[in-house]
Amino acid sequence: MRRVYDQKSLRQRTIWDHFILGLLMISTLVVMVPLLIIVGYVIINGAGALNWDLFTQELGSPARAMQGRPTGLVHTILGTAVVDLLAILIAAPLGLGAGIMLSEYPDHKLNPVLRILNDTLNGMPAVLKGLLAFSLVVKPMGTFSGLAGGVALAFVMIPIIARSTESALMNIPWTIREAALAIGLPRWRVILSTVMPAARTGLVTGFLIGFARAAGEAAPLMFTSFGSNYLPNHWSNMILGPVDTLPQRLYSLAISPYKEWHEMGWAAGIILLTFVMILFIAARFLTRQKIKT
Amino acid sequence: MQENQTANPELKRPLSIIYRWLGDRIFLTVTVALGSSIILLALSMAFVLYSESSTTWQEFGIIGFLRGTTWDAGLHLKFGALPFLFGTLITSLVSLAIAFFPAVAIAIFMAEYSPRWLSGIIENLVQMIAAIPSVVIGIWGIFVFAPWMRETFYLPVFTWTADHYPSLLPVLGNPIGYGITTATIILALMIIPYITALTNDAIRQVPKEQREAAWALGATRWEVIRMAVLPYARGGIMAGAMLSLGRAVGETMAVAMLIGNKNTLPFSIIGPASTMPSVIINEFREAVENLHLSSLMAIALSLFVISLIVNLIAAYITRKLSITGGQLV
Repeated sequence: MRRVYDQKSLRQRTIWDHFILGLLMISTLVVMVPLLIIVGYVIINGAGALNWDLFTQELGSPARAMQGRPTGLVHTILGTAVVDLLAILIAAPLGLGAGIMLSEYPDHKLNPVLRILNDTLNGMPAVLKGLLAFSLVVKPMGTFSGLAGGVALAFVMIPIIARSTESALMNIPWTIREAALAIGLPRWRVILSTVMPAARTGLVTGFLIGFARAAGEAAPLMFTSFGSNYLPNHWSNMILGPVDTLPQRLYSLAISPYKEWHEMGWAAGIILLTFVMILFIAARFLTRQKIKT
Repeated sequence: MQENQTANPELKRPLSIIYRWLGDRIFLTVTVALGSSIILLALSMAFVLYSESSTTWQEFGIIGFLRGTTWDAGLHLKFGALPFLFGTLITSLVSLAIAFFPAVAIAIFMAEYSPRWLSGIIENLVQMIAAIPSVVIGIWGIFVFAPWMRETFYLPVFTWTADHYPSLLPVLGNPIGYGITTATIILALMIIPYITALTNDAIRQVPKEQREAAWALGATRWEVIRMAVLPYARGGIMAGAMLSLGRAVGETMAVAMLIGNKNTLPFSIIGPASTMPSVIINEFREAVENLHLSSLMAIALSLFVISLIVNLIAAYITRKLSITGGQLV
């Protein structure tokens, strides 16, 4: 290495430096531009396809769209809300519990195993989580259901929430715990009343990120909540019967042979994108606030 | 409860025992139960995938299934995983090769060169793009990217080859637009934000003194990066690349929408192909035969094993190669 730098003049080295800078700038542009083009296309095409019927009508058969009768995605939007809520209800206690275990009981014997398996689970493709939910929920129930979809999405959320809970709690200095212990609080009160409130922002951020990740996943839903073209006749069928969700509906619309449905696919795309982006920006915003204080 | 304790000293001891000892006990039990259910979940994933696919392993044997090249769900019910193994490995490795250098370049530019306001913008954009659901990228690919690729690249190349080297046409494949090349390019675009974010994290962890020492020796900015920053961040960058490879292996929807879904070898350069996740997505909903279902589960188990290996390698690299030895992300 020494020889290389000895032989180059300062001028050569500066030129090389500028050359690298140019290279880095070009590659940044080359990559960022197509990615922004994707977002731009989705926004422009999606905004063009948005209309009021989307939010008030159900989809129905393809004939309905081709004859120009009003169709929409209201059952999809409601279904997404139900499935996502179920997922966060299932995932929150498990993720929180694991996070607390990892951070507050660092000496626990199971922790190394839990940490490795949690990371492994996080790295597993979402489609496998869908298959797991299929075997654990759909098969015993005998039918595709919103509940199964919720379980599948919960499998996506759990490792993310566990990891972010752990790091949010770890960020709280040990002195706070020691102070709480010193005034005579038992350990569980220390965790519930001092550590967790102090880590509130971090916890919420983790939930939002996990939620945003799972909300965009279509693969686990294909064979758990399955999808349907109609609004269920009773609300309980949203949980116990097949239910439509945005990502999975978007996929079905996009691969369908009907032009009208392709249009609707773009609309579903922008609705989904907006939903995920709101969650995501909220998470970013919270993180920034946390740094400020 | 606390008022009680101070008001009535006689109540203090029994209550306090319940409050402290039992409370702690219950809390610990609940927490450990919740935590170990994740352990159970991960183990049950392996177990369920194995037990659901056992018929296939018995029917074709492990080697026979993995080396089998025919996937016939209609007539003969013969299943082999090689086309999908091959498709997954090709798409993910090539997309990592395409994505790695630009992604690292963005991270270096962001962390070392650009002014603070610009790096803030780039960082937010990268993170936002990483959050775009893969179906949304897929719909863009189906309606915009694949037709565009067909018109601009595949058709001209195809006609040129047909004119000059007609014998090469089977290698090149059908220019329908949906195919292995299209899917790989989209996959590369999709994993760039991950590599960039992980590389950025790794570079951020390089201590200031390390850079300052290089500056003090009179290094230019690039020399600082090459001599002081990159060697230090090496472990983190490699681990990030492995994790991104894991993502590419498991990426399902966008690939299923763009790869064209052809279940037989040999694959051609621009023609349709198939990957392990894409075949699961395409066929699982319609599979009726028991053997077909269990073969799809067998593919899922193979996917599980590949992801497991990739993730474990990433964990290993983080621990071994990084100087800090600490954890990333």
